[in-house]
Amino acid sequence: MVAILYLISALLFIFALRGLSHPESSRMGNILGIIGMIIAVFTTLMFKSVLSYYEIGFAILIGGAIGSFIALRIEMTALPQLVAAFHSLVGLAAVFVAAAAFYDPVAFNIGNVGSIKIASLVEMSIGTFIGAITFSGSVLAFGKLQGTISGKPIVFKFQHAINAIIFLIIILLITLFVINQSPTLFWTIVIISILLGFLVVIPIGGADMPVVVSMLNSYSGWAACGIGFTLSNNLLIITGALVGASGAILSYIMSKGMNRSIINVVLGGFGGEQDGSSSKDNSDKIVKQGNAEDAAYIMKNADSVIIVPGYGMAVAQAQHALREMGDILKKEGIEVRYAIHPVAGRMPGHMNVLLAEANVPYEEVLELDEINHDFPMTEVSFVIGANDVTNPAAKTDETSPIYGMPILDVEKSQSVLFVKRSMATGYSGVDNELFYRDNTTMLFGDAKKMCEDIVKSLSA
Amino acid sequence: MEAHSEVFVIGLTVFFLACIIGYYVVWSVTPALHSPLMGVTNAISSVIIVGAILAAGPQGFEISKIFGLIGVVLASVNIFGGFLVTYRMLSMFKKKTKKIKEKE
Repeated sequence: MVAILYLISALLFIFALRGLSHPESSRMGNILGIIGMIIAVFTTLMFKSVLSYYEIGFAILIGGAIGSFIALRIEMTALPQLVAAFHSLVGLAAVFVAAAAFYDPVAFNIGNVGSIKIASLVEMSIGTFIGAITFSGSVLAFGKLQGTISGKPIVFKFQHAINAIIFLIIILLITLFVINQSPTLFWTIVIISILLGFLVVIPIGGADMPVVVSMLNSYSGWAACGIGFTLSNNLLIITGALVGASGAILSYIMSKGMNRSIINVVLGGFGGEQDGSSSKDNSDKIVKQGNAEDAAYIMKNADSVIIVPGYGMAVAQAQHALREMGDILKKEGIEVRYAIHPVAGRMPGHMNVLLAEANVPYEEVLELDEINHDFPMTEVSFVIGANDVTNPAAKTDETSPIYGMPILDVEKSQSVLFVKRSMATGYSGVDNELFYRDNTTMLFGDAKKMCEDIVKSLSA
Repeated sequence: MEAHSEVFVIGLTVFFLACIIGYYVVWSVTPALHSPLMGVTNAISSVIIVGAILAAGPQGFEISKIFGLIGVVLASVNIFGGFLVTYRMLSMFKKKTKKIKEKE
């Protein structure tokens, strides 16, 4: 009976993910996920060994209240931090469950204290190891996304060698732990794994966070899997594998969006390339600068506008003002669409959520390969808070650190408007030659303020 | 040992099949919904609460029970938080066109 209920719960989780294939079916998917979780929890509460309903109910109440409070209050722009924080909790929960299984193996039917089955010990240690890494890695990612810790990559000598040595030490400790089952060794593994989690994320810079967040998403799944093997629980194994696969695919998509190999990602250490040679001296080149009225005029006289949002839009919270601008243009009979680069923002799909929040219809929001061939037929590209993802150097300059990265071909549209705070380079540190082209107009200022000013000029 | 290795192989079978299902299901997720995908996976990975409840189950106050209860609290934050934040995201995706069409 228990196994059947767990199976139903696992199937509901699969359907929950399946529902996300389309916005229309997605809400139903989420509900199926919730039902699956309720079934899983109540099935477990029905176990004969589970007696302390009050304590458990109280614990669920506390956790639920905290989770609900945070989820309802959070600003959509802060979503990446929130997800990172949540990942850290999954990791920590995995560590605690593993610890509980270690101290009370009888409750989990894996042996007695001091004589736990070897296979269970191995599975337990792996779950603990991944859980602890997920925990500390996510805490650090949270800090970087929140801005509590500098988003700059911190790089030092022999970084990878040190990480590799720590990894070997952990394997050694796990081997010893499996042999003598000492609690001291268990906690040493936890602490060193936490340390490794920090070290793995430390060298990764702010704009590479989409990959890190997806990667940690994947880790949290594998941690659940490890615990699932320890408890011989198929529900945990299935769910963990689903989450692990999901995170892995997202990391793959993200790293491909930046033309980096997945190995490079797993090892960390990217985002630190400060290649001096690529920053050619552009000080004598002329930049055409414009203001909101110019931008309004240019767009008003166009037939089609493609808006390219980036992280800068999120920082400035400009999505609502941007949508207002788009609405006015649409009323004028101008075709307005949005082009989203896979790595725009700080987490996969970040821009889509922000635009959805501002009530932009999702049919108008297109992915790179859906819209890229339309740029040559487009009169105006309005780039707001994005930079590297439009840089033609990714196609032409083999020495550029971003060479090979797929870009949005805004250069092919008749004119390009760039909303930027300054001439500063993007995250990659590479200068964007587009800024100096004849058909480019730079609009310096805060993204939100600029959109509001354009709206004023358009309605004037 | 025999019995356990059999359990392990069954677990491994389930694991690989689930990975394959996950692979195909996740590739079918539209990129626009990648953020909600992270929200949902976050919530469901907290199914680890099952293990925490088992640990918190026995009466008395053993150390393992404390660990279990902490696990329950942490996982609950994620379950409620994850599903709710996903709900919020998805409800923004829904209104859309209908509203605009109505206006026109």
